This record gives sequence, C-alpha cells and structure tokens, in this order.
Amino acid sequence: MSMQLSAHLPALQIVVPLIVAPLSLLLRNPRLIWMAAFAATATCLGIAVALYSQVLQQGEIRYFMGGWAPPIGIEYRIDQFNALMLILVSLVGTVVLPFARTSVDKEISRQRQPMFWTAWMLCFTGLLGIVATGDAFNVFVFLEVSSLATYAMIAAGKDRRGLTSAYQYLIMGTIGATFILIGIGLLYMLTGTLNMADLAARLPDVTQPRTLKTAFVFIVVGCSLKLALFPLHLWMPNAYAFAPSAVTAFIAATATKVSIYVMLRFFYTIFGAEFSFGTMPLGEVLMILALVAMFSGSLVAVFEQNVKRMLAYSSVAQIGYIMLGISLATTTGLAAGMLHLFNHALIKGALFMAIGAVVYRTGSAQLDQLAGLGKKMPWTMAGFVAAGLCLIGVPLTTGFLSKWYLVTASFDAGRTVIPVMILISSLLAVIYIWKVVETVYFKPALALKPGQEAITEAPLSLLVPLWVMVAINFGFGLQGSVIWQTVLQAARQLAGES
Amino acid sequence: MNWIDHYNYWIVIFLMMLGFYAIIASDNLVKKIIGLNIFQTSVFVLFISMGKVPGGVAPILRDDPTVLYSNPLPHVLILTAIVVGVATTALALALVVRIHEAYGSIEEDEIHEQDQLAG
Repeated sequence: MSMQLSAHLPALQIVVPLIVAPLSLLLRNPRLIWMAAFAATATCLGIAVALYSQVLQQGEIRYFMGGWAPPIGIEYRIDQFNALMLILVSLVGTVVLPFARTSVDKEISRQRQPMFWTAWMLCFTGLLGIVATGDAFNVFVFLEVSSLATYAMIAAGKDRRGLTSAYQYLIMGTIGATFILIGIGLLYMLTGTLNMADLAARLPDVTQPRTLKTAFVFIVVGCSLKLALFPLHLWMPNAYAFAPSAVTAFIAATATKVSIYVMLRFFYTIFGAEFSFGTMPLGEVLMILALVAMFSGSLVAVFEQNVKRMLAYSSVAQIGYIMLGISLATTTGLAAGMLHLFNHALIKGALFMAIGAVVYRTGSAQLDQLAGLGKKMPWTMAGFVAAGLCLIGVPLTTGFLSKWYLVTASFDAGRTVIPVMILISSLLAVIYIWKVVETVYFKPALALKPGQEAITEAPLSLLVPLWVMVAINFGFGLQGSVIWQTVLQAARQLAGES
Repeated sequence: MNWIDHYNYWIVIFLMMLGFYAIIASDNLVKKIIGLNIFQTSVFVLFISMGKVPGGVAPILRDDPTVLYSNPLPHVLILTAIVVGVATTALALALVVRIHEAYGSIEEDEIHEQDQLAG
C-alpha cells in the first residue's frame, strides 16, 4: 500500500458521497442513512479543505481519472477558485444536514426517506463533480446528475404544488442543460477536444468565428437558465417555495452558485476574458440584465406574501449583484462578484433555515401566519434577523463587505452610476426584511386554530445549524480583509494574472 | 459550400424548433415531454452527424492503418446523453403521474385554475 491517499483527494471528493447514494437504498433505516450521509459530507469538507491547502502550496492540481492522461482521459483540475467552491458546497452540506434530519422527518414520510436521501447525496455528488472536473462534457453529465436529483427532491414535499414546480423546473432546466450541451458540441466540432485546458489552447486558432460565437451564446443562455439570471429565473420562486424546507436551504445556497461557477469557468478558462468581454458584448448585456434583476427581484420580493417566495425573489436580485461584479470585466469586479457569491450562499442558507424552522412549527410560510412569532420563537427569529442584516449589508457583516467591494470595483471601472443603483436596491432589501420583522415582532400573535398545538421555540436540532450558519456569516464579516484577499487571489488566478 | 451539403444541420434546426414549439405551445404535460424529447433528439443528431467522416467506415480496430473511419467519440458522448435523456423522461413522466393523482388533470390551465382556487 504505497499509494498516497492525499494524491487521490480529487477523486475521493466525488467518490465518497457517490457511494452513500446507493448505500442509502440498501440501509433502509433513515437514522443509519443519515449518519452515513453526514459522515460522507463532513469527510468531503475535510477533503475540500485539504485540497485547498494543497493548491496553495503546490499550485494547480491535475488529477487523471483512472490514470488516463488527457485529452483521452477525463482530468480533474483543482485551482484556488474551485477548491473554494468545493469548500462552500461541502460546508453548506455539512451545516444543513443536521437541520435536514429533523425537518425531513416531519415533511417526508419515513417510507420515502431512503429514496430522498439517495437523491440528496446524488445532488451533492453532482454539484461537487461539476466543480472539480476539468472536462467540458463531464460538466454536462454532473450537471444532469445534480439537476435530476434536485427535481426529485423538490417534488418530495407534502404540498402538491411542489409537483408542478418540479415539473416546470425540469422542463426549463433540461432546456438549459441541452443548450450547454449544444455549446459543448460546437466547441468539440471546432477543436476536437473536450478537455478545458486543451480547449483553451486550441480555441485561439479557430478559423470559424461564427461557430465559436454560436457556441458561446448557447453556453451563456444555458448557464443563465441554470443560475436563474433575469429573465430566465421563472422556475425558481415556486421551486424554492414548495420544496421541503431543508432542500430549499441546501439548493438555494449551492445549486445556482455552482452554475455561476460553470459560467465563469467557460468565460475565463475556456473562451478567455478577451473573447468573452472583448469580441462578444458580454459585459454590457450582463450588466443590464444584472441591474434589471437587482430591481425587479427586490421589488417583487417587497410585495410577496409568502416568505419563501420572497426570499427566492431576493435571490434573483442577489444573483444580479453577483453578475454585476462579473460584468465589470475587471479582476476586482470579478473578485467582488465571487465574494458575493460565497456570502450570498451562506446568508441565504441561514435565511431559508430560519424560515424552515418556522414552517416546522407552524406549517406555513405565509407572512400573516408569522405574526407574533418573535415572542414564541425568539431564537429562530433572532437568527432570521441576524441573517437578514447580512443580506441588507449592514456594516461589519458579510453582505456589507461584498457590496463595499462591488462599489469600489464599479468606481475603479469608471461606472459611477452603479454604486447608486446598489444603494437603492439595498434599500429595497431593507423594506422586505423589515416587513418580516414588523409582522414577527410588532403584530399580535394569531389565535390558535382548533386542534393546533401551541407554537413553541424550534428544537435545538434546527436551531444549532441555523446559528452555526449565522456565526459563519458574522465570522466572515469580522475577518473581512482575510476573506477578501483569499477571494482576490483566486480571482487573479482565474483571470490568468498570476 | 452549398446549403444542401449541410442538410443535417437543417434537420437539426427543424427538429429543435419543432420540439421547442411543442414545449411552449402545448398545455398537456405529456405533450410537453414529447416536445422535450424531440428537442433533445435534435442535439443527438447534431452530435452524431458531426462524427461522420466522408467515406469513413465503422470505427472498428483493424490491422490496416490506412482505413478511414468515422469519429466514434461524439457517438459515445451521445450514448451518455441518451441515458440522461431517458432518465429525464422517466422522471418527468413519474411527476406527471403524481400530478394526475394530486390534481386529477394533466392540463396546465386546469391545474393552474385549481391552484388559484385553493389560494
């Protein structure tokens, strides 16, 4: 056994959770399955952290799957950006899983739970696979693995509207993935390779610019569907609102973020920033869409009566901020977008967990049902408010950090109007978060319906994960400059500056 | 470069638009899935026809190195994509069965109406 385990971390990152997926069908017992899932997810977090430190020490990691060298074999390539993404996905997974156990027990029948956990682990595996792989077709396969699992999980809840939302998401998600597949096919046609690094090396010599542009457009539109960029976000509000609470918390924090990662990988690593933002008018298009998303998403959120849907529309707006940073086409803009990507994942994870705890006790996410919960569920609601402050971007929180860097990046890029836009859109966030706060703390509690149990504080198994997530958010805020340097370094590497 | 030389692309575009139209225009959830399948099939055809080398034979390893053969890689990729497509169709149909159980209908407007009534 001279094999060095540490040399195989990129493969283990995917294989460990993948094994648990079929295992959970064999184990049958939900408690055992959950323990296996948690062990695998926590191991993934450990592996991701180890990979990141390896990348920092030795630079980019290249791993040949099965010992087959590229371009014949599939290569996994880990650099700083995707190592950080691996940490994000597995960190969210590790924090949400303990929450999910209690929440899923209530929302999904025991008999269906083994299949539910299979889907959960497949989704987790798929997300990690998308991030780790260095092969364009492999991205598509993992994208479909995670998406199919997500559709099944969204349909697993008790609300029948979950079924129609899952169906709608399936149709739109499949169109998006097929668009990405068309783009990859056109790239293969031009270059004869699927390896990302190989593609990057061969694309500059391509003599048919029209095919190249077509491929680019297909990939941009496909990714935009997957990441719910305005106006392709229509699948998202219902999918988030009617999915089981734990599923919403998990996918809201990871799935769209991973799609943004795919998009950035195509922009910077494969097509190159010069083509993406120079030859193609991507910066302008993305900037307009991002600004519209920031306002339309926040505005709809202000008028929304279901808190889960409100948070989903808020996600549309927050994705707008991320894309805004990217659309500036500067390294600081890219880094600011990436920072907001990480922050928003953690903030939305916390917010959806808080509202999931409310649903656990009250069975509803309608705003008027939340009246007076501030006294009945003080810790849950305090967690919601704390995460809400991060979302708004109050100083010393994560949200402030990324918005601050977005503003500086816009000034650096000579776009002086954008900071004003960011400020106004943040004020809209104040309004919708305040609406919840007002209902929760200043409205009298509703009378109990006949037969309804008295509403009490959420169990510790829901509160602890929620507060761990909130604590991570505030920890990020306090360590602002360290986090910024980390992300900036990753952005420089992605943009090819170091 | 006569446009008829590229008839495979015209077929692809026709199928793609046909499928896309069916997804958008039909209210019936099963018909939408059929549209989605046609849409995906067009991409399969795109990949498969891309691997064709004029005059090439089936890519089977022989002793003679001068034999011209078609590129097998796009075909293998599409095998994977077909499996993905089958899984998607199966999941979509399973969802439609559950929707029919829950709503008693697979017409989008009727389902929407029921949701509106339920508030």
